[in-house]
Amino acid sequence: MSAPALVTRGLSKSFGSLAVARDIELSLPVGARYALIGPNGAGKTTLINLMTGMLTPDAGQIVLGEQDITALEPQDRVRRGLARTFQINTLFPGLNALEAVTLAVAERRRLAGQFWRTIGADSETIDEAYEILRKLRLGDDCYQVTRELPYGRQRLLEIALALATKPKVLLLDEPAAGVPQEESGDIFEVVASLSDDLTLLFIEHDMHVVFRFATHIIVLVSGAIFAQGSPAEISADSGVREVYLGKRHHG
Amino acid sequence: MASTAPALTPQAYLQGLSRWHPLEIAFWLATLLPFVLFPSYLSLASQIAITALFALSLDLILGYAGVVSLGHAAFFGIGAYSAGLFSKFVWGEAFSGLLVGAALAGIAGYATSFIICRFRHLTLIMITLGLGLLAFEVANSAHWLTGGSDGLQGVHILPLFGVFKFDLYGYTAYSYALAALFIVFLGMRRLVNSPFGLALRGIRENLVRMPAIGAASRAHIRKAYTIAAIVAGIAGAILTQTTESAALESISFQRSADVLVMLVLGGAGRLYGGLIGAIIFLIARDQFSGIAPQYWYFWIGILLVTVVLVLPNGILGGLSRIYARWRRP
Repeated sequence: MSAPALVTRGLSKSFGSLAVARDIELSLPVGARYALIGPNGAGKTTLINLMTGMLTPDAGQIVLGEQDITALEPQDRVRRGLARTFQINTLFPGLNALEAVTLAVAERRRLAGQFWRTIGADSETIDEAYEILRKLRLGDDCYQVTRELPYGRQRLLEIALALATKPKVLLLDEPAAGVPQEESGDIFEVVASLSDDLTLLFIEHDMHVVFRFATHIIVLVSGAIFAQGSPAEISADSGVREVYLGKRHHG
Repeated sequence: MASTAPALTPQAYLQGLSRWHPLEIAFWLATLLPFVLFPSYLSLASQIAITALFALSLDLILGYAGVVSLGHAAFFGIGAYSAGLFSKFVWGEAFSGLLVGAALAGIAGYATSFIICRFRHLTLIMITLGLGLLAFEVANSAHWLTGGSDGLQGVHILPLFGVFKFDLYGYTAYSYALAALFIVFLGMRRLVNSPFGLALRGIRENLVRMPAIGAASRAHIRKAYTIAAIVAGIAGAILTQTTESAALESISFQRSADVLVMLVLGGAGRLYGGLIGAIIFLIARDQFSGIAPQYWYFWIGILLVTVVLVLPNGILGGLSRIYARWRRP
């Protein structure tokens, strides 16, 4: 059995007296499709922020492949293959989709420091960017400035930017957040079509989507792992029903 | 699906963005007009070219990378004084003086860029303001070196290529300043259309996303800030060389504020904005100060408020919007 793609050991974080992550032990096998669920405020986004380095943990370790990345800057984690998307669109509003993804590809290829050559001359970088956009069905809209793209397309661009970094592990923070239910399936179809080598962890509230696309579910409550297991195990778990699934019927 | 494919390939589209527009060629040809039409205004024209170069420098950090500065005159002043001192104590040859001014401003820019790259917005405005005031007082108090408020005297520049003297008519001055502006502009134009230029726009558009695509934003900002300082230093050096003096005004808060006003008037983040802003600002100053010298900022104030209210992207931003509408009726 090969080494897991991403591991966290004893990851903890508190804001004052509020513990937002308590001793989190996770292991994502290569090619996994894991869902991270839990009630609002359970610390799901916080966990992604800790893993990607946007927050510094108080204790614990994060290991990507075989390398301890706990002390690395966020951009250095990305360069080693750990990418994320954001729950609230975090795009480049004034760039069009082609420019934004070309920028991400150029950064990955370490070309973005070059100021003496024209970007239009670099066909390899541009073709790679366009290929990503085309795969995510953004090819026809790629000259439109991001702030004018329909919201659903912007959600796809979130994923396109992350893919441009050629990640080994991709953390998706509610990829279909704010998208009408009929369209959220489209976004997850795209997610499901991603390469099998890519290890995925996604946060999602819609249980239909979770049970359809996840091979494994992690339930987070009050900053701690409450339960984890296969979709069948989780749906049969009475504790999970009570703290999480049960609540959905009220609201 | 094939019929809905975009007419341009992605590469052709991106290449098109950096292609020369006929209006650009017209603009640069028009910069030659003062030689023929307004030979008595050549020293004003040379002031404009120098100031435009300075505004171009601010545009790189503010218009492209979104790094605000209220102390950019520090680098202009360093270029101005070091070129002046070089000619006074070492050699009066212009191009070497220009290089010295550019290099020293670049070193100062690189050193301060380590502070600059950590901050944004109001904090950054205060830091650059503070650094600018600091530079001013250093120049002011080092009377033995800079001449303080009396200005630096005894600058003498040798004729360019040993032939063209810096005379009162300003032929040489304007030719020199315009050539420098054009060459730096070509470099800048290449830079903003490069992968690095794209990264700077990424920083301006969303600093939070940059690390998430693996970008080292701080390194990008440091590099841009250093380049901007070098260009500002070149502008300052040319001012000293063409006027054969260096004054405290070159390193003052007023100069930092003026160049910001010009850039906002003309339109930041499009290279030509600073050039247009400098032309309007300095011609307005020249004309209005003939009427009421003490109060001419009154008119600039009105112009600034009007432009910011009516044309949020400056005069050039407004014009390009009209132009786009006219092309697609």
